Amino acid sequence: METIKVGVYICHCGVNIKATVDVDKLTQFSSDLPPVSVAKSYIYLCSDPGQELIKKDIEEFGLNRIVVASCSPRMHEPTFRKALRSAGINPYCLEMANIREHCSWVHDDPVTSTQKAEALISAAVAKASLLEPLEEKEIDVIPAALVIGGGIAGIQAALDIADTGFKVYLVEKQPSIGGHMMQLDKTFPTLDCSACILTPKMSDVGNHPNIELHTYSEVVDVKGYVGNFKVTIKKKPRYIIEEKCNACGLCVPYCPIEMPDPFNMNFSKIKCLYIPFPQAVPSKYVIDPQHCRYTLKRECKQCELVCKDLKAINLKQKEQLIQVEVGTIIVATGFDTFDPILKPELGYGLYPNVITGLEFERLSSASGPNLGDLLIHGKKPKEVVFIQCVGSRDKSLGNEYCSRVCCMYTAKQAHLVREKIPDATITIFYMDVRAFGKGFEEFYDRVKQEGVTYRRGNVAEVFKRKNRLIVRAEDTLLGQPMEVEADLVVLAVGMVPSKDSPGVAQLLKLSQSPDKFFLEAHPKLRPVDTASDGIFIAGCCQGPKDIPDTVAQASAAAARALTLIAKGKVSIEAALSVIDEEFCSGCKTCISLCPYDAISFNTEKGISFINEALCKGCGTCAASCPSGVIVARHFTTEEIMAQIEGVVL
Amino acid sequence: MSFEPKIVAFLCNWCSYAGADLAGTSRIKYPPNVRPIRVMCSGRVEPTFVLKAFASGADGVLICGCHPGDCHYMEGNYKAARRIPLLKKMLKQLGIEEERVRLEWVSAAEGARFATLVKDMIAKVKELGPFRREGGFDE
Repeated sequence: METIKVGVYICHCGVNIKATVDVDKLTQFSSDLPPVSVAKSYIYLCSDPGQELIKKDIEEFGLNRIVVASCSPRMHEPTFRKALRSAGINPYCLEMANIREHCSWVHDDPVTSTQKAEALISAAVAKASLLEPLEEKEIDVIPAALVIGGGIAGIQAALDIADTGFKVYLVEKQPSIGGHMMQLDKTFPTLDCSACILTPKMSDVGNHPNIELHTYSEVVDVKGYVGNFKVTIKKKPRYIIEEKCNACGLCVPYCPIEMPDPFNMNFSKIKCLYIPFPQAVPSKYVIDPQHCRYTLKRECKQCELVCKDLKAINLKQKEQLIQVEVGTIIVATGFDTFDPILKPELGYGLYPNVITGLEFERLSSASGPNLGDLLIHGKKPKEVVFIQCVGSRDKSLGNEYCSRVCCMYTAKQAHLVREKIPDATITIFYMDVRAFGKGFEEFYDRVKQEGVTYRRGNVAEVFKRKNRLIVRAEDTLLGQPMEVEADLVVLAVGMVPSKDSPGVAQLLKLSQSPDKFFLEAHPKLRPVDTASDGIFIAGCCQGPKDIPDTVAQASAAAARALTLIAKGKVSIEAALSVIDEEFCSGCKTCISLCPYDAISFNTEKGISFINEALCKGCGTCAASCPSGVIVARHFTTEEIMAQIEGVVL
Repeated sequence: MSFEPKIVAFLCNWCSYAGADLAGTSRIKYPPNVRPIRVMCSGRVEPTFVLKAFASGADGVLICGCHPGDCHYMEGNYKAARRIPLLKKMLKQLGIEEERVRLEWVSAAEGARFATLVKDMIAKVKELGPFRREGGFDE
């Protein structure tokens, strides 16, 4: 049997650790522990010289187990595993003691912090002495990606991957891709027309040979792991056979049912047999089953009868489940706008002339209900009031965050009002104006020059007096209450996580930040990775952002996904569970507990058996084995027991 | 000197350990009585680990996993949610106060919650006093 020789390396992390924990005392303490051959401290172990120090000692002292006492293993375990490998010892012979996140950063008292650090090191040394070398398996990465969400983030990510030559499955729940960006009028601060810059990308997606587009579809199941995901997509019935429909539109006049147009935020009506907007991709009709007389009551079949040549309409269409296999997944499920019903004092839902920012976009858009004329219920508003931070920076609602886009979209909308109604009076109530992006401050200045009144103040309520809307507020710079009359009140609603995001989080095992947007693996260094290997996030599902940031993040997520696909191989965790055949009693307890069906029963031998390809290493089976013969590698019972003894030192 | 309890905390790698890391990155202070041990899943925590902790000198044991529905391994936390209450029943029969063992859910975003939880647990165990048994506690 090999003699265990442990080396302990204590990182100062500059002063991050050293300022609270006595590193010299720790080094002395460590070198006195029985299996420890050498203990050293260094200012930055993660640096090249730091790693060299460890490598040199491995050679010089014949070390075979290494303890690094530094930051969280979630941060630098891969770094030090690599160092071990390059020094010729198995990377799993490393144990880390987290004396930064779990010690120096959360405690103040140097004496007790040092004691705790000693306990953490003694636990790590105890575990390290028992660690077994493990071999990682390399598996092939399926050279295809799934992108969930067809807004600008999903579109950009899908195009980047597809242009590299790999297959992309793009899944969008709406009948067309385009997302919220498609609904916007002009975009700040450059005033590009949103649709004009988006639609070319949409048609690129529609025509791309490497992109398989599934609209009106949802991902309902994801199994597998990095490199090897098995995805089930549910295609909702659109009652139109996509391959046959040529979007001629001859059927539309025959449809007797009108419904509010969701694309135009219900400001206009469309038939329930519709195409979401003229530039929709795919350019295929869809029938709304909540309104269609046939789907509701089995009456009327006008459209099916009209489309007799193409036979593209099938009112009996059923939902379809499609299975695809991909190596990596990008989540770009976007956002919802804040529902101002939750702020009843602002009168939204009560007064038709109080609208949201997104509704304003449709009213103002050339493709909107008034073809670009800014009319509210048929009239040109003369006095327009904008209220910022509706649903953002509001602790009472639990939305503490800034939505990042509302200051600028309000400035842009004020500019659009000035352009369309030159004599309008425009007032903006704001808390602070955050014009932080490229060209933002300049744009904000320009809007102020255009005769827009910015009033710093909190709006108390919006109410009606003699058929006029009144906005009552406190001007916090003057310290005076004030009232402004309005024909139109626009609420600058912020972004909230999409209502689908809890479901998506559960499906893909994504964590959510306190604000309920998806949580990245590291806020600075892994901003598009998630805790689930092979799954990346892009766009507003991660947090509010504007279009340029979304596009940049989508390209980043695509690049991260491509590093997996292009390499073609990925190492999978070696810390899996294994059953000791000799002692297994065949009770099958573990079989019923495994969430991955990785354990099967070998009737010939009368024992249970773990399929390593399916095991994820959670160790639930090991905890349940009545005979105690399941070994959860790298977290064995003996290792944890030793750790417990060490940690209560 | 006042009694400073030792709390062994089993933290699942994906949610709770990350939550404790976040408390660190956010510099949220809590007392050093808690001694974390990383496991991949709260479902890995064998009841004997808890007993071992007490036998080795711990005064309390905290087990933290992902919130229901959020488990990285789908349902490991549910296994913990079945096992730990059973263990607590058994401990009670042995005359060990139930409050010395706690199973809690801490997400990767809940650094502040982790700190609060630790403080709360320390206060409770301080009230209970040190864990000790006449004639020692045999495994």
